[in-house]
Amino acid sequence: MGFYFTQFLTGLASASSLFLVAAGLSIIFGVTRIVNLAHGSFYMLGAYIAYSIVTSIDVGPVGFWLAVLAAAVAVGLIGVAVEMLLLRRIYHAPEMFQLLATFGVVLVVQDAALAIWGPADKLGPRAPGLDGAVRIFGELVPQYDLAMIVLGPLVLGAIWLLFHKTRWGTLVRAATQDRQMLGALGANQKVLFTSVFFAGAALAGLGGAAQVPREAVSLFTDLNIIAEAFVIVVVGGMGSILGAFLAAVLISELNAFGILIFPQITLVLMFLVMAVILVVRPWGLLGRPEFIARGPGEMPEAPYRPADGRLKLLGLAALLLLVAVPLAGDDFLMVLMVDVLLLALFATSLHFIMGPGGMVSFGHAAYFGLGAYGAAMLTKLLDTPMELAVAGGIAAAAAGAVVFGWFCVRLSGVYFAMLTLAFAQIGWSVVFQWGDVTGGDDGILNVWPAAWASSRIVFYYLTLALCTGAILFMRHLLYAPFGYGLRAGRDSPLRAEAIGIDVRMRQWHGFILAGAMSGLAGSLYAFSKGSVFPDIMAIPQSIDGLMMVLLGGVKTLSGPYVGAAAFHLLEDQISRLEFWRAILGVTILFLVIVFPQGLVGFLRQRLSRDEAAP
Amino acid sequence: MTAALSVRGLSKAFGGVQAVENVSFEVEAGQLLALIGPNGAGKTTCFNMLNGQLAPDSGSVTLEGRELVGLSPRRVWRLGVGRTFQITATFSSMTVLENVQMALISHRRRIAAMRPRTASLYRDEAMALLERVGMAAQAERACSILAYGDLKRVELAVALGNEPKLLLMDEPTAGMAPGERVELMALTAGIVRDRGTSVLFTEHDMDVVFGHADRIIVLNRGRLIAEGSPDTVRADPHVREIYLGAGTTFAL
Ligand SMILES: Nc1ncnc2c1ncn2[C@@H]1O[C@H](COP(=O)(O)OP(=O)(O)OP(=O)(O)O)[C@@H](O)[C@H]1O
Ligand SMILES: [Mg+2]
Repeated sequence: MGFYFTQFLTGLASASSLFLVAAGLSIIFGVTRIVNLAHGSFYMLGAYIAYSIVTSIDVGPVGFWLAVLAAAVAVGLIGVAVEMLLLRRIYHAPEMFQLLATFGVVLVVQDAALAIWGPADKLGPRAPGLDGAVRIFGELVPQYDLAMIVLGPLVLGAIWLLFHKTRWGTLVRAATQDRQMLGALGANQKVLFTSVFFAGAALAGLGGAAQVPREAVSLFTDLNIIAEAFVIVVVGGMGSILGAFLAAVLISELNAFGILIFPQITLVLMFLVMAVILVVRPWGLLGRPEFIARGPGEMPEAPYRPADGRLKLLGLAALLLLVAVPLAGDDFLMVLMVDVLLLALFATSLHFIMGPGGMVSFGHAAYFGLGAYGAAMLTKLLDTPMELAVAGGIAAAAAGAVVFGWFCVRLSGVYFAMLTLAFAQIGWSVVFQWGDVTGGDDGILNVWPAAWASSRIVFYYLTLALCTGAILFMRHLLYAPFGYGLRAGRDSPLRAEAIGIDVRMRQWHGFILAGAMSGLAGSLYAFSKGSVFPDIMAIPQSIDGLMMVLLGGVKTLSGPYVGAAAFHLLEDQISRLEFWRAILGVTILFLVIVFPQGLVGFLRQRLSRDEAAP
Repeated sequence: MTAALSVRGLSKAFGGVQAVENVSFEVEAGQLLALIGPNGAGKTTCFNMLNGQLAPDSGSVTLEGRELVGLSPRRVWRLGVGRTFQITATFSSMTVLENVQMALISHRRRIAAMRPRTASLYRDEAMALLERVGMAAQAERACSILAYGDLKRVELAVALGNEPKLLLMDEPTAGMAPGERVELMALTAGIVRDRGTSVLFTEHDMDVVFGHADRIIVLNRGRLIAEGSPDTVRADPHVREIYLGAGTTFAL
């Protein structure tokens, strides 16, 4: 009895920090309609800053809380800087661009944190004055946990007061509920947005800072926290603070008790609960359905035309060049080109759902990873021949897409993005934590191709054939009713349903197909490297995919592979530099703000301008 | 005549607003029935309940005896109900022809097909429908660049894709020039004649309404306040009062 109660208290204590982050995320979204991927980074910064303060000054009990508060304010100011320098420029951009831009911030913050605090985990000292433990029902409970349990409801109450008793709060609530009202604010809108960003970032910072005595902060903290915050916001309902609180408690308790049942995979439990809630209430416990609606539409793409002679010739020339690669006799080039081909397939499969399907997935690497792990585990554990293992990898990815996709297609827009990301992060965590089966951080080694395909050249041609075939297959599908059905659901779900098209079913099928193709790329990847590591299904890999599609141009069919090639060659260069993440982050920001139409889109614009000229 | 569509006691409230209240009427086979009423009367809400877009709070809708309430728009369409929207809904990344082809492909249940090229499917049939609504010349243009009146025509062609028994047209001529309006309604009347389709339409242009409707029903603040032949409705003092009171200028 006592033990379970203590466990319950531990859950409540963890809920507080999560609630703070999720509340900040929710408030920012409510007013600005931006889903801030950098929110986990704000949390991480809050923790690092608080750590630095309490370890460099000898703080007393009061001083400790002042330090936590100072860290929160500092993070709030960083939030203000991000809002004023960056987000202001993209409030009217499509959601995907906003999400990507905030991911650019994630990368820059990661490298900044690495430079300032180094790679080692940092565990703060116990909080002065609260460093003991109390006995409850015969079990010891840290005093600090009790303080955390109080902090959550305290902040919830403070937010409620702020929202209901101040002019600012009234404005925030009004803006969240009634978009038209924002227009009436005029110049004050800017101030409101900036102040909301301050508040939201400071809440995340507070959550991170308060967690310092309980949990070590590491460079992974940002993405772990953002995934949990997404789950909480999705479960609680976007824009609802009380919903965030309830969901945070629910999820934390689930973790606290889940650890007793499935110590390895508590995240699976979290997934199950989220799944059930989403089926019953797609907009979360206390959310409102309106938020699921799509943002303002962008300019529609031009109708598809069959490739003209010039384009076919260009494609053929590119293919011939690829066939000729081994003639160069350069092993390194062949290895590089295998990577490019696999990424091209990965990016094309992502484009398949995000371009024509309008479903911007922030977790597409999950299926790449499932393919790779599926193939690798079959090879290692069952000694399956390569040909079957590749098929098994595809099947694993497709199966994952069947399950995850079923939930994801019930949502759209930012909800869809958040859910795909959360699923991918859950997949990553399972692989990472379930060391006995997946090798955890050590990965799976010695996954080599079958004897007949073991020479570099043969493997290169195998990859070339499969990737080209798969890419052409997807291209064909886009011209077939299968692809048109996807576009119909994206262009006008209303019209599609009114002519008998089951939009969700079309999206689900598209999602599964893209997952399977990504799985093919993943399983070949496992054999090309001879090993797999959890990284290949982590969030950065998903974002890389988005970058490739974006770099090539979302509204073009050849964009994804052109983008994948360009991206990989670029990355190959910059990943040798020390702060490559920050460089990548800045590149994303540049792409989003200055070059949104992508390479192929840009070329097409130039060409059609030339043709239009006399 | 038999009723193609029969509506009984249909009601819908949004929060405190009773948008549609206990509305009953019938559309007889091969009839052009106009649903009129001032802005906010509940016409679109009514339409949305007929084709499954909205679930009514109470009431029943039957198409040739089959209950439609509780079915999705998809299912309602399969039973033979075509719909055009007050604010046009088309596939903006496709050409005019492809929009119509999509309806035909869906009608033949080939929407998940992976093998054929969409462009080659039911092309002639789609062209014939476009011919019918006067859009054949623009078949290859993108829907995103069409004039609003032309989009309305495309919607009509799309709605005809499943050879519907019943057409629901929400303000089919909004955004058209007066000449075009009459032309489109004449065309719709032609379809009714040739195919025996029944039509329920809403319209603010009274020339169109009195010129083409076989019968008229009048909705005000969610309630049905008059129904009958154009002449009966024209003479109804209650209707005159509402229209004059709402400040809508038209000669009754
Ligand atoms: N989704 C909704 N939520 C809340 N209220 C709604 C909703 N849809 C319609 N209403 C309200 O219901 C009433 C009827 O609206 P409806 O759109 O059916 O009118 P209408 O007769 O089609 O008007 P119009 O001629 O302007 O198209 C209006 O008061 C409207 O504000
Ligand atoms: Mg209306």
